[in-house]
Amino acid sequence: MLGQRDFVPVAEGLIAGTVAEPVLLGSACARCGTVTFPHQGSCPRCMSEDVQERRLARRGTLWTWTVQCFPPKSPPYAVPAVEEFAPFGVGYVELPGEVRVEARLTESDPERLRIGMPMELTLIPAPGASGAMTYAFRPLEEEA
Amino acid sequence: MTDVDMAVVGLGIHPFGRHEGVTGLEMAAIAARRALDDAGIRWADVDFAAGGSDSAGNADTSVSVLGLTGVPFINVKNGCATGGSALTTAHAMLAAGSAEIALVVGFDKHPPGAFNPLPEEWGLGSWYGETGLMLTTQFFAMKIQRYMAEHGISASTLAKVAAKAFANGSRNPNAWRRKPLSEDEILASKMVNPPLTQFMFCSPGEGAVALVLARGSRIKELVRAPVYLRSVAFRTRRFGSFEVFSPSIPLEAAPSPTAEAAAAAFEQAGIGPEDVDVAQLQDTESGAEVMHLAETGLCQHGEQQSLIQGGATGIDGRLPVNTDGGCLACGEPIGASGLRQVHEVVLQLRGGAGERQIPGAPRVGFTQVYGAPGVSACTVLSV
Repeated sequence: MLGQRDFVPVAEGLIAGTVAEPVLLGSACARCGTVTFPHQGSCPRCMSEDVQERRLARRGTLWTWTVQCFPPKSPPYAVPAVEEFAPFGVGYVELPGEVRVEARLTESDPERLRIGMPMELTLIPAPGASGAMTYAFRPLEEEA
Repeated sequence: MTDVDMAVVGLGIHPFGRHEGVTGLEMAAIAARRALDDAGIRWADVDFAAGGSDSAGNADTSVSVLGLTGVPFINVKNGCATGGSALTTAHAMLAAGSAEIALVVGFDKHPPGAFNPLPEEWGLGSWYGETGLMLTTQFFAMKIQRYMAEHGISASTLAKVAAKAFANGSRNPNAWRRKPLSEDEILASKMVNPPLTQFMFCSPGEGAVALVLARGSRIKELVRAPVYLRSVAFRTRRFGSFEVFSPSIPLEAAPSPTAEAAAAAFEQAGIGPEDVDVAQLQDTESGAEVMHLAETGLCQHGEQQSLIQGGATGIDGRLPVNTDGGCLACGEPIGASGLRQVHEVVLQLRGGAGERQIPGAPRVGFTQVYGAPGVSACTVLSV
């Protein structure tokens, strides 16, 4: 079982688990099995409304990536001050048999990102002053 | 499908770029008047109109400038496919026989810098924007990043697309970016979202385009050598297509809306991609032109590498693409871009493109516009 949540998520219904072991909340269609993230009330593939919450796999592989090199405009971005900005990685991580999830990456050096590398879910402080946490994927060290 | 011919009989454009003190609606009215003049008709002759902008006002407001004729005028707002949607609407009205002469107009006026759409307007939670994921530029970078790995496209090819755009733009008096840039300058410009640098991206801008369409017997009354609008096809995304503003994408892949719209446009026209002499493709950034070349069926996936490296898509090449400089050189006034593409193809097929006229006597043209969150409109035109 996952532990009691010990952080404030950037939005409700998005992330469960703990700082040490966070998990993303998606949905799975009871009829066709399609997995989505975030949770949604109907299946985008077969239109069934019989969907259930699903805790997504915490590990996957990097399917594609980029780096956000310029400060996004605010709104909608939560950080108003340009001087606080540091480039951050963004990618889609393929969770085997489930879905590809778009997420921030803890790594922002293009030299250290490659398609197919193993990744694991983690939490990072959400931009802005809310003190909330958002989800991100970090590269998993290759087994020695 | 219809047995009645439709043709583009009038072209009007307000130059793209930055125009301080001129509103989007004023640009729209200028483009509309030019299109009417080009067709040799008056506004009162138009019996249907459609148009729109993303952020510069309601197109039908222009009747207060053009004239209060009582014409049915439908406002369209459909992201980057606004122009294509207006054209789809007018095409359908003409095909149905509900109008004989239609005007379509697309215009926009955006502030400098990347677009900042709000998550709530796209069915997403505010967290998506707050955490820095609500950027179209990221999507384009991630789509081409994957595509390059799968299909062997190089960074040099991305740069060559942009270099061609600026070279073509330098020959287009209506373009915004008219200074040619070398491949090296493009590669060395500021990194925006790897693998895409600053000069590989278009910039939000300003401009307006209007077209006059006519059907059946009205065509030959207005022009001696018409350019026919053979088809217009419009599609939204299917489950499995990789689109902008997607917090997740399914493992199962589907054809893009561009692939489906292009196939439908070619089928309706009875003309194949192999017959195309000139094409205008959505080039929001260099990668988009590369991918759209194959999605539209104009080449095979991966073939772009050799085509572009060999200069095939240049004005003197075998398949000239974005001869007016595209979005990269003209900028992106969202509502205007789709109609700019048609404007350029008609000009090329008329043989009236001046310094950037493609050689020979082109007979078939193709346009493709693409926008968030996965819409595409394609046209086939021919003499």
